[in-house]
Amino acid sequence: MKKIIVTVGLLAGLLKGAHAQTTNEKETYQKRKLKLEEVNLLSSYYGQDGNNSAVTGGIGTEKLGDFANSIDLKLSFIDRKSRQHNINADFNIDYYTSASSDNIDPLTVSSASKSDTHVYPSLSWSMKDDATHTTRGISYSYSTEYDYHSNGINFNYSKSSKDNNREFSLKAGAFFDMWTAILPAELRPAGYGSAAEDDRDPVAHKPRNSYNLALSLSQIVNKRLQVLFTVEPAFQQGLLSTPYHRVYFTDGSHTVEKLPGSRFKLPIGARVSYFLGDRLILRGFYRFYADNWGMIAHTLNFEASYKLTPFVSVSPFYRFNDQTAVRYFKAYGKHNPTAKYYTSDYDISGFTSHFIGAGIRLAPPGGLFGIKHWNAVELRYGHYLRTTGMVGNSVTLAMKLK
Amino acid sequence: MAKGLILFSVVASLSSCVTVKEYQKSRINDSEMELSARKSEKFEQSFYLYREGASGANGGKSGGGCGCN
Repeated sequence: MKKIIVTVGLLAGLLKGAHAQTTNEKETYQKRKLKLEEVNLLSSYYGQDGNNSAVTGGIGTEKLGDFANSIDLKLSFIDRKSRQHNINADFNIDYYTSASSDNIDPLTVSSASKSDTHVYPSLSWSMKDDATHTTRGISYSYSTEYDYHSNGINFNYSKSSKDNNREFSLKAGAFFDMWTAILPAELRPAGYGSAAEDDRDPVAHKPRNSYNLALSLSQIVNKRLQVLFTVEPAFQQGLLSTPYHRVYFTDGSHTVEKLPGSRFKLPIGARVSYFLGDRLILRGFYRFYADNWGMIAHTLNFEASYKLTPFVSVSPFYRFNDQTAVRYFKAYGKHNPTAKYYTSDYDISGFTSHFIGAGIRLAPPGGLFGIKHWNAVELRYGHYLRTTGMVGNSVTLAMKLK
Repeated sequence: MAKGLILFSVVASLSSCVTVKEYQKSRINDSEMELSARKSEKFEQSFYLYREGASGANGGKSGGGCGCN
């Protein structure tokens, strides 16, 4: 009898201990409130010049300057089911001047540059569930500039393997855009406006819709190597030409650029990152591109990031792009007046481009200049040139606060 | 030819993989090893969209959202 009482007593004690342990485990999985994880600040200047402006039919200045700024906030919280929710909000603003845009209405504008401000914020949410190894999300983007407005929406889903070495992701989205069709001054029909603030004559608004689907597969190959493959077919329809681009024909007449009302694009890309030795990281990107306008392009990007110290790295890079012209392209004065579609936009002509530069990144553990939350700073410069004669320069300053 | 090379690379990469445990991922998890464009490349990707005809498969826009190509 005594043995029975002792045994029951011991069992009761064990059960109570187990219950107490479960209560403690429940306390461990308390949800975490919304927290600001990271802030990224980005500021960039891009300047270019060339002599093949599409506004003047494939000749004339392409001088342009763009000062771009961005701030993005990453927030996160954990819900009662231990799923991590991430919210990303970003705000971007570009101020640009364009000498070629100045020639849309050359009779009335006297300065050498036209300017505009481009604002484009976005908001996204995603939820990561470690139990099922899945992440789901949605994002919305908006963009506005003088003659172009856009609303975009994207859905994304990804699933990783149990060991997190492989991940498949799918992203589907659409942009519903609207052009304000500003025409070259001399080609406007009677009563057609210029879209200037003090001009009350009507201007046409034309839609442009785009649909994208991105399928990606990433794989950790070994302790030093990982790769990513992406296929991203896209379909566009609507006004795909630029309303103020001119085209000149062999008979001396000219008109507005005209392109098909639909376009199908198929880019296929691959990325690789390899940690060589203790200090060198090699990053590569290759993209094959083809569309139903006849363009085929190959893009290759290579970067070597060398860690001078664990907290300072320098990254020289080189980017190569080679593209064939769309079938509707011809140079100034070369288009047949009976052609159905025509453009003299050198951005979709055949050329090879090179972009070469370097960046330096500092990320000391105690923060920069003793500021604990200033996690990293990066300065990056690149020189761009293409065989059409256009050259450009880009400098970017990026800061991370955590 | 290019599509065949990419397909071959996919198959070769997937078939030569080894299982890497979380505690072995110190190099893989380095911020410079990310399989995406750098934050500092954001505006460079913007001017590619305007100045070149090809787009997509790089984490940026593939079409739409701007008066670009």
